[in-house]
Amino acid sequence: MKQLLTGNEAIARGAYEAGVAYASAYPGTPSTEILENIAAYKEIVAQWDPNEKVAMETAIGASIAGARSLAAMKMVGVNVAADPLFSFAYSGVNGGMLLISADDPGMHSSQNEQDNRHYAKFAKVAMVEPSDSQEAKEMVRAAMEISEQFDTPVLMRVTTRVCHSKSLVEIGEPQAQVKKPYVKNLQKFDLVPAISRKLRVNLEERLAKLKRFAEETPLNFIEWHDKKIGVISSGIAYQYVREVFGEQASYLKLGFTYPLPLEKIKSFAAQVETVYVVEELEPYLEEQIKAAGVACVGKEKIPPMGELNPDIVAKALLGQEPVLLEYDQSSVVNRPPTLCAGCPHRSFFYELGKRKDIMISGDIGCYGLGGAEPLNAKDSCICMGGGPSLAHGAQKMFNHFNENMRTVSVVGDSTFFHTGINSMMTAVYNRSNTVACILDNRITGMTGHQENPGTGFTLQGEPTKIIDIPTVVKALGVDHIRVVNPMNLQELKDAFDWALALTEPAVIITRWPCVLKRLTEDDKQEFGDYKGVCVVDEAVCVGCKLCIKTGCPALQFKKEEKKTKIDGAQCVGCEVCVQVCPKKAIAKVGE
Amino acid sequence: MAAVKNILLVGVGGQGTILVSKILSNGLVEAGYDVKMSEVHGMAQRGGSVSTQVRYGKQVFSPIIGKGQADILVSFETMEALRWLEFLKPSGAVIVNDYQIPSAPILMGKAEYPEGVLEILQDKADTTVIKAARIAEDLGSAKAMNIVLFGALVRAMQLTDIDWNAQIGKNVKPKTLNVNLSAFQAGLAAGTK
Repeated sequence: MKQLLTGNEAIARGAYEAGVAYASAYPGTPSTEILENIAAYKEIVAQWDPNEKVAMETAIGASIAGARSLAAMKMVGVNVAADPLFSFAYSGVNGGMLLISADDPGMHSSQNEQDNRHYAKFAKVAMVEPSDSQEAKEMVRAAMEISEQFDTPVLMRVTTRVCHSKSLVEIGEPQAQVKKPYVKNLQKFDLVPAISRKLRVNLEERLAKLKRFAEETPLNFIEWHDKKIGVISSGIAYQYVREVFGEQASYLKLGFTYPLPLEKIKSFAAQVETVYVVEELEPYLEEQIKAAGVACVGKEKIPPMGELNPDIVAKALLGQEPVLLEYDQSSVVNRPPTLCAGCPHRSFFYELGKRKDIMISGDIGCYGLGGAEPLNAKDSCICMGGGPSLAHGAQKMFNHFNENMRTVSVVGDSTFFHTGINSMMTAVYNRSNTVACILDNRITGMTGHQENPGTGFTLQGEPTKIIDIPTVVKALGVDHIRVVNPMNLQELKDAFDWALALTEPAVIITRWPCVLKRLTEDDKQEFGDYKGVCVVDEAVCVGCKLCIKTGCPALQFKKEEKKTKIDGAQCVGCEVCVQVCPKKAIAKVGE
Repeated sequence: MAAVKNILLVGVGGQGTILVSKILSNGLVEAGYDVKMSEVHGMAQRGGSVSTQVRYGKQVFSPIIGKGQADILVSFETMEALRWLEFLKPSGAVIVNDYQIPSAPILMGKAEYPEGVLEILQDKADTTVIKAARIAEDLGSAKAMNIVLFGALVRAMQLTDIDWNAQIGKNVKPKTLNVNLSAFQAGLAAGTK
């Protein structure tokens, strides 16, 4: 039976069919749906962990216990998980272990576009790269077998267009989960220097075996057609070259990409006139192929940055450009993403953006939208959970050089648990007067509502203990904590006044659920349900546009009438605009 | 089923383009085509411009559609059709919803919603304008707007012999099934121009 599956759905199916017993992750686009789909298989223990390092470590633990395990994350998450990855490469596995890195070329939803194929070479672990959903499913099983046969963790590198494209997948039978016995073995799993030095030698011996495997595995295959052009490619780039060249070229399609099958590559290259290496992002294949003495054309034609597509390949290698309709596009207005109508972050950023002489360090997630017009409440965002530590360092220097600047940082509930918690510790321990804000919207928002340690539920839907953010913050040693209702602007304003007057670290926690969240019974009891909408009394509205400064997408300023109108279909009646209006022209109706 | 056909669905995050592409793709699979579909998740979904791409034929390689390659462009929002028009083949067809969603700069009064978009489209390409919002509202649910557009798309694709009602049934909530089936029929009829 064939089904149309995304790459992420296919990976989940592959895990089920390959007898994977344990799967862990921290959500991040484009990887999130891997674990969401695995969670539906009740035979597999699947969980969200607070961050990617923890996810990697729990999966390592499951492997050492003897079960097949995997950890999934977006590419920047692998940076967080790199510490256990590099060392687990030395020890090797008991049950098969797979790390899935979902890269985001073109940065659809990411802060950088790092090419994580380099991690395989850097950490010296085997790597597979699927180019569609069928391969994604099959390569989970292949990775488990490689992992156990060669005693190594395996990296699977996928990209946005593999994760989020659907293609047909032949559904197979699941194999039974088998747990290997756990045997205490310090010489393998206790990475003290004396043992690591021995394991370091093993690592090179293992790589030599993997090199031989790379030459033989059917994951690397040749498709012979016309021999004038030979294309070497992997991942989604293979689909693009196949689309562009059809049967006008021969292909060496690489599915097992670390270590590379250099003998196979040399033999392929010797049988064609010109070799093109076509890969998305970095010249990962090309550098190794050139170092092996094979002449090829790669990054001098194919850009080393941005998402690849068939148009780029056709133009770069064949000089072909499509015929396009000619028309005037100048009237099309930009459509940037915005915070939703009723978003509890809006009022927070609205109030914070009005402050003078502050530096705001932001976070990854919906908070990213707080920096845009008209809220303008962000100075920087470098990485997840890093806002408070960045603000601490900056505050230390403003104080050191006697500058009248204060720093305010922003994290979310999920990103507080991710790494924000460590960042806040340093502000207490190293004594700075920075203000950290935790926007607790009771769920992991931007990635589409995943549970986290603060929500009371696990990935597989079991009720669990809620880790209470104010209690944790207090335990970190923060003496000044205020929990506020972000839908009340006065409460926010008072909290900022209070925190910025202090000479010690302060934490402001806003507590209100994401407007898109399906409310639990507890949520309804605490926050109530949405009722009514806001309307503008046009006789009273003076067209001052102050309400427009909240950036609510339900509000539109009508230029002809010089009045604001509210779209009742979008408005949820949060009443932030009601509080902003100086003329009391907005009121809530229909409660 | 010789050449690969490309269908590009565009709109604004939250308009239901992904549901339509799911119904479309599954129906094409049942009809025996190789199908690939690509969509974008995450940040852009928060009220941003979104696109879903469906390609079908005997064998499909790339999951994404290049500029000048779409056989049919279905735009769930008027201005979005103009934003994505360069992806249409010069001989391709446009199905456009006569329905405007102002973007943030327009809401703030910093830009104007473009005038004459439908005229530009009609001048440049084989264009069918559908008043999907009004049709769906008349049927009792404005949310069924996406299925009205789907009906018009099926008519344009000339793939009316696939059992689309069954596919719609598999993908919408039981209590919205009737209104969605009516919306599909209305879209088919509206698609005749």
